Amino acid sequence: MKRIRTIIDKEWAEVFKNRMVIMVMLVLPLIFTVMPLIMLKLTASTGMEGVDPASAGVPAKFLVSCSGMNAGECMQIYIVNQFLLMFMLMPLMIPVTIAAYSIVGEKTTRSLEPLLATPITTKELLTGKALAAVIPAALISIGAFALFALGLFVLGIAPMVRAYILSPTWLLAILALGPILSVISVMVAIFISSRVNDPRAAEQISGVLVGPMMIVLVLQLAGLVVIDVRFMLAAIVGCLLLAVGMVYAGAKLFQRETILTRWK
Amino acid sequence: MIQTRDLSKVFRIGKKHKDEFTAVDGLTLDINQGEVFGFLGPNGAGKTTTVRMLACLIGATRGSARVAGFQVGKDDTEIRRRVGILTESPGMYERLSAEKNLTIYANLYGVPDTQRAVGKYLSILGLWERRMDPVGSFSKGMRQKLAVARALLHEPQVLFLDEPTTGLDPEAAKTVREFIEELKTEGRTIFLTTHNLDEADRLCDTVGIIKQKLLAVDSPKALRDKLFGRKSVFHLRTINPDWVGLVALQPGVNAVSQIGEKLVVSLSDPETQNPAIIKALVNMGAQIMFVGELRHSLEQVYLDLLYQGKEGGGQ
Ligand SMILES: Nc1ncnc2c1ncn2[C@@H]1O[C@H](COP(=O)(O)OP(=O)(O)OP(=O)(O)O)[C@@H](O)[C@H]1O
Ligand SMILES: [Mg+2]
Repeated sequence: MKRIRTIIDKEWAEVFKNRMVIMVMLVLPLIFTVMPLIMLKLTASTGMEGVDPASAGVPAKFLVSCSGMNAGECMQIYIVNQFLLMFMLMPLMIPVTIAAYSIVGEKTTRSLEPLLATPITTKELLTGKALAAVIPAALISIGAFALFALGLFVLGIAPMVRAYILSPTWLLAILALGPILSVISVMVAIFISSRVNDPRAAEQISGVLVGPMMIVLVLQLAGLVVIDVRFMLAAIVGCLLLAVGMVYAGAKLFQRETILTRWK
Repeated sequence: MIQTRDLSKVFRIGKKHKDEFTAVDGLTLDINQGEVFGFLGPNGAGKTTTVRMLACLIGATRGSARVAGFQVGKDDTEIRRRVGILTESPGMYERLSAEKNLTIYANLYGVPDTQRAVGKYLSILGLWERRMDPVGSFSKGMRQKLAVARALLHEPQVLFLDEPTTGLDPEAAKTVREFIEELKTEGRTIFLTTHNLDEADRLCDTVGIIKQKLLAVDSPKALRDKLFGRKSVFHLRTINPDWVGLVALQPGVNAVSQIGEKLVVSLSDPETQNPAIIKALVNMGAQIMFVGELRHSLEQVYLDLLYQGKEGGGQ
């Protein structure tokens, strides 16, 4: 336990001195918090009271989410849904950046060998590295969401819209799915970073992670998928299984000798 | 303290790891507690590979080894707790301070009083003043010293030092060497690889010469004697060529040669045979200015063993 803490402490001390990492950790939350707030403020409708949501122009399947709303509010939550999906980019991209710089950094300074000579187990090492990336990602995305929620009140966004955003669906997304996605993304980043020698390349290759999310986004825009609690729970279970599988594979794959002789 | 039996490492290389490359072949060694063992060999001889196997960083392909009383490959964590290693490249965290680097390792090794241990070795190695500076700003010698400090934090019984003085200026190298001598007096077992044969000669109780296979292992003196025999040199005021033949007739003398005004006499046991030869020479009318022993350098031994005298080893 102490050794895991030491690794996390070391990762933070080292990686947070990196400008790229700091940038990603500051800029992403800023974009994904401020942009949807601006959008919501700008589209805050007037004179839509009593207008049937069916005339809002959202995909027919989405209308179930709009029960009890007017057309303007329905339109807003439709837009905000896309933004919230983008919000999930944070738990995906922040760990990738941290892990990429951390592992490529270890390789270029050849610091893995003395590290592996200590009594630390490979599991502790990988856990420490993974947590060092997942914890900030989770904290930042949850913090950013809290800020976003606060903004909803400060800017006086319609109560129906607020209620939708703060519904179980998106709370599950931010609080449960986000951290799970972070675990998946850190594992992918470790796999990839162990193979390349440029942190930027590692980041770019890890960008494939965004693929499935983009597909969901497109399907949602096309009205083929509605993100509701059922969808979210299914996503959580699926991703959790994937995450567990990847952690297991990582522990199996990364033996001391592999790390030392193949991470080049 | 360190025992190996038929220890071997075969790397799988090339496309799809199909080809095999034997880096270390059948190494059998016994190193006692408190001994400084020098591991010598050309580039790519398998020195670092051996160190890595013994420090439980990579697995052996064949054979076995025991370090600090534990079986390599079985009680690896126990061994790691008890050995310190200076890796071929220091591998420090460049953005972090010297102190932070050491503190991380002290914690990983579970050192009880981290601060004290870190402070102690920073001072001993003369880095106390620079402890807050990022290691990225350190010179090569300072990094090397810091890496030595890192290897010692947990007071290991066994130390692996992979080329501790390579790339250091003469003064820094001397500091490190003196430090190794001091460690030796503390009773630690030191496994040292080096390309500096003079250093090995001075520091090591035993040296092993390796090139995939172990070619020889013994004390530097024994290796010299075994290879070249012992020779006494008699410095004379003037020499008479007849004396060469006469001295050769003395009991125990293996060979005699003349170099300038000197007689070089191969003997099996100079300590007991020298007086008789001196007496004989004086009786022949020789004026002996002084008598010495002809010492072969470890370098000559090394070259002779590796290249069978082809490149200037022996005489
Ligand atoms: N991970 C590896 N995969 C394949 N071959 C390797 C690996 N590590 C070392 N080798 C090979 O094993 C041989 C021995 O290497 P090693 O590093 O032990 O040599 P060395 O005696 O330490 O040399 P030097 O004096 O240059 O440090 C070399 O030919 C090297 O290329
Ligand atoms: Mg080497």
